[in-house]
Amino acid sequence: MIPADTLEAARPEGAPQGGRRARVSATLVVGSVLAGLIALLAVVSLFWLPYPADDTSGGRLAGPGGGHLLGTDKLGRDLFTQVMTGSRIAVEAGLGSVLIAATIGIALGVLAAFAQGWFDDTLSAFLDILIAFPTLLLAMLIVAARSATLGSAVLAIGLAQSAVVARLARILVKRVLTQDYITAARISGTSWPRIVLGHVLPNIWPTLVVNLALQFGLAVLAEAGLSYLGLGAPPPNASWGRMLQEAQATFTTAPAGALAPGVLLVLLVVGVNLVADGLRETLDPATGRRRS
Amino acid sequence: MTFLDVRGLTVRTAEGRVLVDDLSFSVAGGERLGLIGESGSGKSLTTLAVLGLLPSGMTATGSVELAGTQIVGATERALTSVRGRDAAVVFQEPLTALDPLMRVGRQIAEPLARRRGLRGAALRDAVGDMLAQVRLPEPERVSRAFPHEISGGQRQRVALAMALACDPGLLIADEPTTALDVSVQAEMLDLLDSLVRERGMAVIFVSHDLAVVARVTDRALVMKDGRAVETGTVHDLVRSPRAEYTKSLVAGARRLEAALDLRSPR
Amino acid sequence: MTPVLELRDVALRHRGSAVDAVQDISLAVEAGHSLALVGESGAGKTTLLRLLLGLARPTAGTVRFDGAELSLRDREQMRRFRRSVQCVFQDPYSSLDPRRRVGAVVAEPLRSLGIDTRSSAVPKVAAALDRVGLPADAMDRYPHEFSGGQRQRIAIARATVCHPRVLLADEPVSALDVTTRVKVVDLLAELKQEQGLTLVMVSHDLSVVASLCERTAVLEHGHVVEQGDTAQVLGHPAHPYTRRLIDSVPRLPA
Repeated sequence: MIPADTLEAARPEGAPQGGRRARVSATLVVGSVLAGLIALLAVVSLFWLPYPADDTSGGRLAGPGGGHLLGTDKLGRDLFTQVMTGSRIAVEAGLGSVLIAATIGIALGVLAAFAQGWFDDTLSAFLDILIAFPTLLLAMLIVAARSATLGSAVLAIGLAQSAVVARLARILVKRVLTQDYITAARISGTSWPRIVLGHVLPNIWPTLVVNLALQFGLAVLAEAGLSYLGLGAPPPNASWGRMLQEAQATFTTAPAGALAPGVLLVLLVVGVNLVADGLRETLDPATGRRRS
Repeated sequence: MTFLDVRGLTVRTAEGRVLVDDLSFSVAGGERLGLIGESGSGKSLTTLAVLGLLPSGMTATGSVELAGTQIVGATERALTSVRGRDAAVVFQEPLTALDPLMRVGRQIAEPLARRRGLRGAALRDAVGDMLAQVRLPEPERVSRAFPHEISGGQRQRVALAMALACDPGLLIADEPTTALDVSVQAEMLDLLDSLVRERGMAVIFVSHDLAVVARVTDRALVMKDGRAVETGTVHDLVRSPRAEYTKSLVAGARRLEAALDLRSPR
Repeated sequence: MTPVLELRDVALRHRGSAVDAVQDISLAVEAGHSLALVGESGAGKTTLLRLLLGLARPTAGTVRFDGAELSLRDREQMRRFRRSVQCVFQDPYSSLDPRRRVGAVVAEPLRSLGIDTRSSAVPKVAAALDRVGLPADAMDRYPHEFSGGQRQRIAIARATVCHPRVLLADEPVSALDVTTRVKVVDLLAELKQEQGLTLVMVSHDLSVVASLCERTAVLEHGHVVEQGDTAQVLGHPAHPYTRRLIDSVPRLPA
């Protein structure tokens, strides 16, 4: 016989259950569309470009139209071609940085959460210093040690961000570790590595994903900044930051050269931030829910 | 004379789900009423509605008249003057009810200063007096302590002192002893009983525990799924429950108590 | 008869603390004689529980399992220990991983102790759920779809799925409503009877203690002030603190 308390409607106080899974937040949709458009440009650029990157047949500073959708730059290169290549670089920079930040950051954060005594203090101090350390300076050091490539920029950004991710991960892991289900897992004989993989990471994941999406946007901006300063991908790679820098002098006469990469940069960053917001709305209710 | 009159109170969520359904009861000046129910019965929401403190998104309809003031639909300004003066509340978890960053003495002083206009030495004396009334040992030390530095029982006494600071006509106690140890609970119930008696205050005592309610109130209302199931004297409810739900509540409490009676006859 | 679990002159002092959380504790858990640890907050109940669960090492004295000193480093012994001693927690909202399906939650001891594979665990999980009165299809659902009482049943299913001999329970019903509480107490009594489980229950609720445990030990400020048969301890308390606890229990009007 089923006891009566198992028959009673399973109804945690608070919001009703129905429809949560089905409802997809509008921010998530809009954000995905914006970011998806840029991603599409990036993917297409791998297989097809309107003009070869070094084609200067279009004449200098041509206006939009006439075979060149957005016009040409001061060397006569097609702007739309450059913008497409730039979107690929931006997406690569974002993904690369976030990958580095996630790998190092989560590993360090988990380690720090388990650390005790002086080790905990040292690790926390190290993370604080890394967070306070300017990304620009880090990038200059890495470029000095290696060379000014997209890889160097991504490495610098990723390292700087890994400290932020690590600190967040440390707090999240510590919070999960206080839960009884972790103790229950230990009593069940589950080893610490399996507790981390099976219980801790799945429970901190939603919050981390939201933060990583935000870091993606920041990484894209940072890469544009570094390229603008000549610390990113070298020419002829048309990073948006480099395009902005090159178009700066001719902004009043030919604004398209600066507007095109600028607008796309804004669209991508806004899109990714909206995705992060949407993820927060979609993922959070399932995690933090408790008895009132 | 009726101090609190609740007529057809209904509380709905933003989605329109009914959490309290057409509830009516009244409490006379100096009278004590127990609200008995389990989690999700709507008993806590009822007390919040009485004070106009419903969580955002929830709406109340019907009528709640507290000391002549209509609470349903009242402006925040009107409600502010009612809370503390006519009715005050003590919640289950005193740690969340107190400001963690403010010393206990100042938290008690705040309503005294606001309502009674006390300042300086007079205010200090009044705070000391309140702490003495709730029988806190070492009132000097407690007054200077932060909430996390004192025990759960002491925090609940502080919360009670704050609630009583302005001599409200009605005290609402929402599971005030559920988070406390058994022996501390017994002391707290005694304290509550005598303080309320001295002041002739009306009480709404909310609890899931029949035996605890029986210690404090004479009359009780049993709630389930937002509705009043049965009302009567606690004595009658326990001795001859009529509603099926009340019967199961009493039977449950009796079952557990029987085991204790067997081992430790009173 | 050798006790399943035993504490001998145990003390534990937390790191950075000047006083022992528990001191001079000697307790024995014998098969078939369920033991209640009664006391109020700060009495050291939780510390004792952690010692009995092999989650903490005593700073003095020994914890014994089947007569041998429990060594947290001895993997073979710990595996036998984990299989024999399981636990149910007070808060059923914190004790179930919200991101795992009930089936995986209940199967965890079987999988982690290397008793079963994912597929061979399924019938055992279904049987454990059935014993606590939950349908087998509960396996595919998530903890948040269940009420507090149901969650506590899931936690009990997890703790009993590998047929332990001792079930430690930390205030297992105090977070539940009265009507639910009675049913979970009944369930625990049933498991005692049918599975031959020995309960070690930490509780401040004397009526629950009286319902389930043959033996009672009363704790105050980290010391055992009184222990013996429950009927003796509750019926004829020798220590004034025990007397005070009993007198504090609110009773229904006669």
